[in-house]
Amino acid sequence: MLWETIRLAIQAIFRNAMRSFLTVLGVVIGVAAVIAMVTVGQGSTRQVTADVEKLGTNIVMVLPGQDTMQGGPGGTADPMFTLAINDAVQEQIAAVALSAPISQSRARVVFGNENRRTDIIGTDNRYFEAARWELQRGRLFEPAEVQSGKPVCVIGETVRDSLFGNADPVGETVRIKALSCEVVGWLKSKGASTFGSDQDDFVILPIRTYHRRIAGNTDVSTLFVSVRDGASIQRTMDDITLLMRDLRRIGRGEEDDFEVVDMKQFATMLSGITDILTGLLSAVAAVSLLVGGIGIMNIMLVSVTERTREIGIRLAIGAQARQVLLQFLVEAIILSLIGGLIGIALGLGLAILGARWLAIPFTPDPGIILLAFGFSALVGIVFGYFPARRAARLDPIEALRHE
Amino acid sequence: MADPPLIQLTGITRIYGSGEIAVHALDGVDLTIEAGEFVAIMGPSGSGKSTAMNVIGCLDSPTGGQYRFNGIEVAGLSRDQRALLRRHFLGFVFQGYNLLPRSSALHNVELPLIYKGVGRAQRRAAATEALGKVGLAGRAHHDPSELSGGQQQRVAIARALVGDPQVVLADEPTGNLDTRTSVEIMEMLQALNRDEGLTIVMVTHEADMAAYADRLIWMVDGRIARDEPTRKAS
Ligand SMILES: Nc1ncnc2c1ncn2[C@@H]1O[C@H](COP(=O)(O)OP(=O)(O)OP(=O)(O)O)[C@@H](O)[C@H]1O
Ligand SMILES: [Mg+2]
Repeated sequence: MLWETIRLAIQAIFRNAMRSFLTVLGVVIGVAAVIAMVTVGQGSTRQVTADVEKLGTNIVMVLPGQDTMQGGPGGTADPMFTLAINDAVQEQIAAVALSAPISQSRARVVFGNENRRTDIIGTDNRYFEAARWELQRGRLFEPAEVQSGKPVCVIGETVRDSLFGNADPVGETVRIKALSCEVVGWLKSKGASTFGSDQDDFVILPIRTYHRRIAGNTDVSTLFVSVRDGASIQRTMDDITLLMRDLRRIGRGEEDDFEVVDMKQFATMLSGITDILTGLLSAVAAVSLLVGGIGIMNIMLVSVTERTREIGIRLAIGAQARQVLLQFLVEAIILSLIGGLIGIALGLGLAILGARWLAIPFTPDPGIILLAFGFSALVGIVFGYFPARRAARLDPIEALRHE
Repeated sequence: MADPPLIQLTGITRIYGSGEIAVHALDGVDLTIEAGEFVAIMGPSGSGKSTAMNVIGCLDSPTGGQYRFNGIEVAGLSRDQRALLRRHFLGFVFQGYNLLPRSSALHNVELPLIYKGVGRAQRRAAATEALGKVGLAGRAHHDPSELSGGQQQRVAIARALVGDPQVVLADEPTGNLDTRTSVEIMEMLQALNRDEGLTIVMVTHEADMAAYADRLIWMVDGRIARDEPTRKAS
């Protein structure tokens, strides 16, 4: 009997396929929105976590100015760092494993007929180690090359790809502004970061080469510091702050003119934000699911009225109230489940597109999919019950007389 | 001990509304119908024929009096219990056919068996047989909209018969049909009564159709005014 009821419901749904589709559109949109939101949200959270892992969880960055990470004022007015400051951080704080000086700007790098605008970074081998870069081919800098500022460079995968295609870049000479430099190494790709920025789009020069031939000054814009295993990140940050204040002669009561940022903290904060956003958007999507349920109820009520005579016939030939109730309830549930399935497919499709667009991993969560499926069944039950009960309570004589 | 009569109404009343505007659709009906009878009910419009049929068919509960079906007191039954009585013992034929639209003749005839819980294959077979009995074997897969009025009414008769009921109740079964088709339908009902012993209670406005029955009941103002054998039967 239940099987018969399900078959009947499916027949009734497909007999009026267009209307059925419009009926469930609300559920389709609601489920699709929830699935897409949650999937993309989880993907970006996972990306942030992966980024932190790739970066290492023990990285601290020192930047000139205040609130630079929050996009506040600063940077330009406050003095840059110097190599001497970097050396002091490296040597005077025991918990610092590596402190790499970084200077960077944007410039065009040219090879043959190809060229690309990219980040030109001046640093030394400590940066490769601290940031966990690995070589794809070639080598890093020789100490002598760093000391004397030789025209050599290490390039990222994106630059290699756009300048050299499939060819091996090692040993070739590229040009940056007036500088001709030899490519000595090529780094393994790290892929895109959380917000889609390409992490492999750069050319790295020894910092003295950069100072002399690209920047024309000896400024250092960032200290990229890795903290020794087992050492407290917070303590190290405090030590760096004290040392920096001393080195930059900041008086008691004066504000810092630099900032020390814990990358892990930063990343955690970012993923916290994505979680909150995901939650909010999902709540909005859930409301649209509710609206979808009301749409189903509405059409089911119309359907009960339209089919009053049919209900009368069924009652007259011996259908019991609960059988009529079940018929309409099953119809609403199946309708809602079909909407849920379409919505899940659509939501996953949107999530694939979104993940590609944001360059984050596509991570469908079976739990959420199951939940969405269950929720659409629930919507069918809740919003199908009232119309179904109305059908079941019809008086057979009056129902038969209905036009 | 003799079997109780199939249908036994005693002092049945059915009052719609109350007070000043109360309508006494049935006003003390005493009626006994034995198994195997073919009864026609006639009477002016509004005399309570359909109301009586609804009570007999367990679609409606009387306001007062006693109705025993096969000795079972119907007045005390719940809605669902009456549904079970209809399902197992009663078949209905209506003036307006009342077939499910957009469902094949076969599916329409199958319907009562679905509620009886009969399996698919058996249902198919029984429905096909019933359609054959009413001469519509070749129309099993047509929708009602593709059938003439007479054919639709024959599908409805097949539906009433398929569950092997003890009584078929027909309220103006030929009301929408032309004379020639009406005669066909009446001959079919008569044959079912004569050959298979099917009990039939039929409401009609036409004396010609009532003449196919064995017994004629004449209703006026919610009461039975006359109850006599038809000319044919006497
Ligand atoms: N649901 C109802 N509510 C109020 N009054 C009703 C209702 N159904 C029937 N009646 C009244 O009960 C009386 C008997 O009606 P019924 O339908 O039984 O007549 P009938 O003999 O079948 O008439 P007809 O030959 O026109 O079909 C009529 O006066 C009718 O108006
Ligand atoms: Mg009537």
